[in-house]
Amino acid sequence: MAVFVNGVIFDGVDTAAADAWRLDAYVARGGYQALRKILDSKLPQEDVIAEVKNSGLRGRGGAGFPTGLKWSFMPRSFPGDKYVVCNTDEGEPGTFKDRDILRFNPHALIEGMIIAGYAMGTKAGYNYIHGEVFAEYQRFEEALEEARKAGFLGQHILGTDFSFELYAHHGYGAYICGEETALLESLEGKKGQPRFKPPFPASFGLYGKPTTINNTESFASVPFIIRDGAQKFLEAGKPNNGGTKLFSVSGHVNRPGNYEIPLGTPFSTLLEMAGGMRDGKKLKAVIPGGSSAPILPAEIMMSCTMDYDSISKAGSMLGSGAVIVMNEDVCMIKALERLAYFYHEESCGQCTPCREGTGWLYRVIHRIANGEGRPGDLELLDSVGNNMAGRTICALADAAVFPVRSFTKHFRHEFEYAIEHGKTLVDHKWC
Amino acid sequence: MLEIEIDGKKLTVPQGSTVMDAAHSVGTYIPHFCYHKKLSIAANCRMCLVEVEKAPKPLPACATPVTDGMKVHTHSDMAKKAQAGVMEFLLINHPLDCPICDQGGECQLQDLAVGYGNSASRYQEEKRVVVGKDMGPLVSAEEMSRCIHCTRCVRFTEEIGGFQEIGMANRSEFSEILPFLGKTVDSEISGNVIDLCPVGALTSKPFRYSTRAWELSRRKSVSPHDGLGANLIVQVKGNQVMRVLPLENEDINECWIADRDRFSYEGLNSAERLQKPMIKHDGKWHEADWQTALEYVVKGLNGVSRDHGKDAIGVLASPHSTTEELFMVQKLARSFGVNNVDYRLRRSDFRADAAQQGALWLGSSIVELASAKSVLVVGSTQRQEQPLLASRLRQAVKKGSELNVIHVADDALLTKLNAKLIVSPQALVNALAQVLKAVVAIKSGESAIDLAAVTVSADAQRIADSLCGAETASVVLGNVAQHHPAFSELLSLAQEIARLSGARFGVLAEAANSVGAELVGAVPTRGVFGAAVSAGLNAQQMIAEPRKAYVLLNTEVEFDSYNPQAAVAAMKSAETVIALTAFKAEGLLDYADVLLPIAPFSETAGSFVNMEGRLQTFNGVVRPQGEARPAWKVLRVLGNMLGLSGFEYTSVEEVRAEWQGKGEIAPSLNNVLASVSANVQPAASALVRVGEVPLYQADAICRRASSLQATRAAAVPVAHAAQSVLDAAGVQSGAVVVLKQGEGQVRVALEADAALPAGVVRLATAHPTTIVLGGMFDPIEIKQG
Repeated sequence: MAVFVNGVIFDGVDTAAADAWRLDAYVARGGYQALRKILDSKLPQEDVIAEVKNSGLRGRGGAGFPTGLKWSFMPRSFPGDKYVVCNTDEGEPGTFKDRDILRFNPHALIEGMIIAGYAMGTKAGYNYIHGEVFAEYQRFEEALEEARKAGFLGQHILGTDFSFELYAHHGYGAYICGEETALLESLEGKKGQPRFKPPFPASFGLYGKPTTINNTESFASVPFIIRDGAQKFLEAGKPNNGGTKLFSVSGHVNRPGNYEIPLGTPFSTLLEMAGGMRDGKKLKAVIPGGSSAPILPAEIMMSCTMDYDSISKAGSMLGSGAVIVMNEDVCMIKALERLAYFYHEESCGQCTPCREGTGWLYRVIHRIANGEGRPGDLELLDSVGNNMAGRTICALADAAVFPVRSFTKHFRHEFEYAIEHGKTLVDHKWC
Repeated sequence: MLEIEIDGKKLTVPQGSTVMDAAHSVGTYIPHFCYHKKLSIAANCRMCLVEVEKAPKPLPACATPVTDGMKVHTHSDMAKKAQAGVMEFLLINHPLDCPICDQGGECQLQDLAVGYGNSASRYQEEKRVVVGKDMGPLVSAEEMSRCIHCTRCVRFTEEIGGFQEIGMANRSEFSEILPFLGKTVDSEISGNVIDLCPVGALTSKPFRYSTRAWELSRRKSVSPHDGLGANLIVQVKGNQVMRVLPLENEDINECWIADRDRFSYEGLNSAERLQKPMIKHDGKWHEADWQTALEYVVKGLNGVSRDHGKDAIGVLASPHSTTEELFMVQKLARSFGVNNVDYRLRRSDFRADAAQQGALWLGSSIVELASAKSVLVVGSTQRQEQPLLASRLRQAVKKGSELNVIHVADDALLTKLNAKLIVSPQALVNALAQVLKAVVAIKSGESAIDLAAVTVSADAQRIADSLCGAETASVVLGNVAQHHPAFSELLSLAQEIARLSGARFGVLAEAANSVGAELVGAVPTRGVFGAAVSAGLNAQQMIAEPRKAYVLLNTEVEFDSYNPQAAVAAMKSAETVIALTAFKAEGLLDYADVLLPIAPFSETAGSFVNMEGRLQTFNGVVRPQGEARPAWKVLRVLGNMLGLSGFEYTSVEEVRAEWQGKGEIAPSLNNVLASVSANVQPAASALVRVGEVPLYQADAICRRASSLQATRAAAVPVAHAAQSVLDAAGVQSGAVVVLKQGEGQVRVALEADAALPAGVVRLATAHPTTIVLGGMFDPIEIKQG
């Protein structure tokens, strides 16, 4: 289910209507006006990028890098091939926003990518879609076909000199392919493994050509910014945190789903929108930005607003906006064990610290969760984590370590209890 | 230039250097596993993490580019902690089986664990177990639990080997190094992954469990196979060669050797080694002592010479023999009055002899060939003839050089070609003439060769453009060209192309000492360093007009001749065949009547002159087996017993000093013919054979290396032909047919092969199953099976 408040991407989308995703409905909502505006007025590329910069849009994939700035890194005068790539490889546990964009409003993404292609002077783009969402991939292909037929996509778009081809690529579901350089490797048909950087994709990307990679939500926000102006987008959020953001709320709430709300909305408000805690249980903790983000205990979380700066100040990250809500029945060791297992499975296996360390972390946590913890295990986890974080090609090792550090920091007593008593303090209730 | 400080040492390095390069240049060692100077940077082992000032976290030295003013600490607290952390991770799943591991004692992981690890592990969980893999008869991948996933082997097969044969499948700690499903690792240079593997995951299958690394003595030697002259470390224990490794020589073999260089040592210890002299009496072989055998030889030679004259004796020597042996054999022959001496058993065209002015060679150094901006390789099955040189040319292409090919088959060279002309052997001369005609036009030059009948094809034009447009260019003739019935014409054309385009030209020496044989006069028309001699018969004439006596040095004519059928017939018709050989070969037992056991390269001192004219000397690494003796000693005693003077040597150095005293190598190398000629019309279109020497049949030693003989490259040859040939013969691909040359015929499967031009049947020569056939590039008939 999805609920949208003051939407940008989902402005006017009736998610209950079967055909709301189709081209006609999108055009009726004001879709492709931004593209027409650019092409009709022959807006200079620099102006498009400036508009995106002014909007304060920050990358919605997790790192929060300013989108306009990223676009400006692209060598616009470079004569050879270059690409724009959309990262819909949404694999972060807790995150399910991009699939809803493909499901309910795929043309926003298509239009956003066409505009990006225009702004950076590229002729082709790819959308890399996570392997485990197939219906959405098929819908996106249909939407592409609609856009091609209507002349929004392909050669001589809307009768102008501007041409742009866009292709969908369905991945195989590896988490690591969400890392942008691993995504490029996979798109090239190779094994998805992150590349050593530098060089960065802006100079050596897909097939070794300059490439810009953005998250689905980032691209989908662009048509609004161009159509209604950067200022309006910026005003939707708060300074340095422009626009609205999609939050995927999951866990022990009454109405889990996607919520598009202005950045800066208090967490308590978001929790209320999601129907509050299920069965009236007490809030114990929240992972505010997807499984890689450090967990925050209830009291800290309740004082936060949902934007990059506030969450960062509280010691976590807004990340991809996946809000995982946990109630008092959650055993933190069990929860961490599940996350550690995920990273153990999903490490690409390339760098030694991550390949070996993720398994080690998981095994130790698994032991503690099963009453086989040993004195010194917490120090061991800490030390192994320190040997992993920042020692690898990509950030997956860091992502695997953050939850371990934050869980053992905020809920240390549960771990100590389990190690000392051979059983967990909280009797975990699966629900 | 950039300034950098490493552990307080200031230095300047060129733009684009990495921290690892900079550290190497001042002799600072940074521990590493995945980094290798000849492979791409993977940066995955993380062992080379160092502290870089102003960087918040340790950085991998192998992948971090130097920036101006950078300050690096390789032994700071941060660096040491990072390195120790990585070492701990590497060891947690590594089995503690060092006592039974072949790599023990020469293991990079073992060494670095001592230097950078802790003595006890904090890892108390279960260890990973990985199932062994089958990579074929050469590389053992039985203990993949030992793998540390450095991916050197993966990068080697792709980048140096030329095609990916090993990959890393799966994710996380379930990652496994493996060959493609159901496939083995078949690259002709695959054994290098054994050296590259820093642990005991990939080990040598033939060497496995035979001895410990520290029990071996390391001795330098030179490969006796192809003309490259790869430098070797031969490792011995007791009196046996146990293993062969590369000795790094950037000018020749870099840090690699081909599988032929690495694994043919097994042939040295083969059960077929001849341990004692043997004489055939009444059709039966008897062991004899040296005195008896030598007296038999002297009696035989004197008898034939008395009854039929000296010209009735022919001497055939293998170019895999040492320079000293070849010098001695021609000296012995000529001192005795025999002028029929030749090393070129696989040659079929000797018309160039009269015009030849020096020893045929590469025409440049190996490095110059590999750095030429344009290279034209004519008639070479490159990956079989010169495995390492073929790899080096692939690297050259990656660095921007243009590779052009004129050949009789469109073989996979695993690299990008600028242009290629694939024609039947009968059109090879015409193909090269097309290039010459295009070069003549580009340069507005003139050629003594009549090119009027030649039409320049687009590809020939591209080749000519490439050669003329390049700053440095080379034209080289491979084995197929050298064995071709029109070799002299191909050489003439290459010379003209080179003269007009400014390219270098030469031949890719077939054997380890082809150039040495040319230099010391193991040919009937030229003496040592080209000295004038009374001309004798060449190898082909000695077979075509059978002699009454043959002296064979280190050769089995059924495998080493252009036309094995004719060669064996000639041997059988002789009164005496004297074989100096290291092996009790089946063929020799059939047609020879006396076998003298000589030492292979590993058991004698000697020298080889490689394709670039480089003299490389070596010593025996073990004592001769049984009663075998170095051939130079045998020839010396034969000289004494024949009553010849000048055979008083007491050491191989004296022999070497004598031939070296007769001239200089460099000025004697000369490919330029005094006069050129070529008939550029394609010959009549009869069906001809393309019969190359298989990779592991090239010489007597590798033919007996059991592991090499178990590879796919050594499989019993089948015949291949273009579909049009099959259609004309009315056979289906894969059908068994009878192929006939002269009196000989074989039953063999004939498969369609799109890589072959029309009018050609490709069937390897020099294989036990095909030696009944005739010439390598002669007409052949297909009969339905």
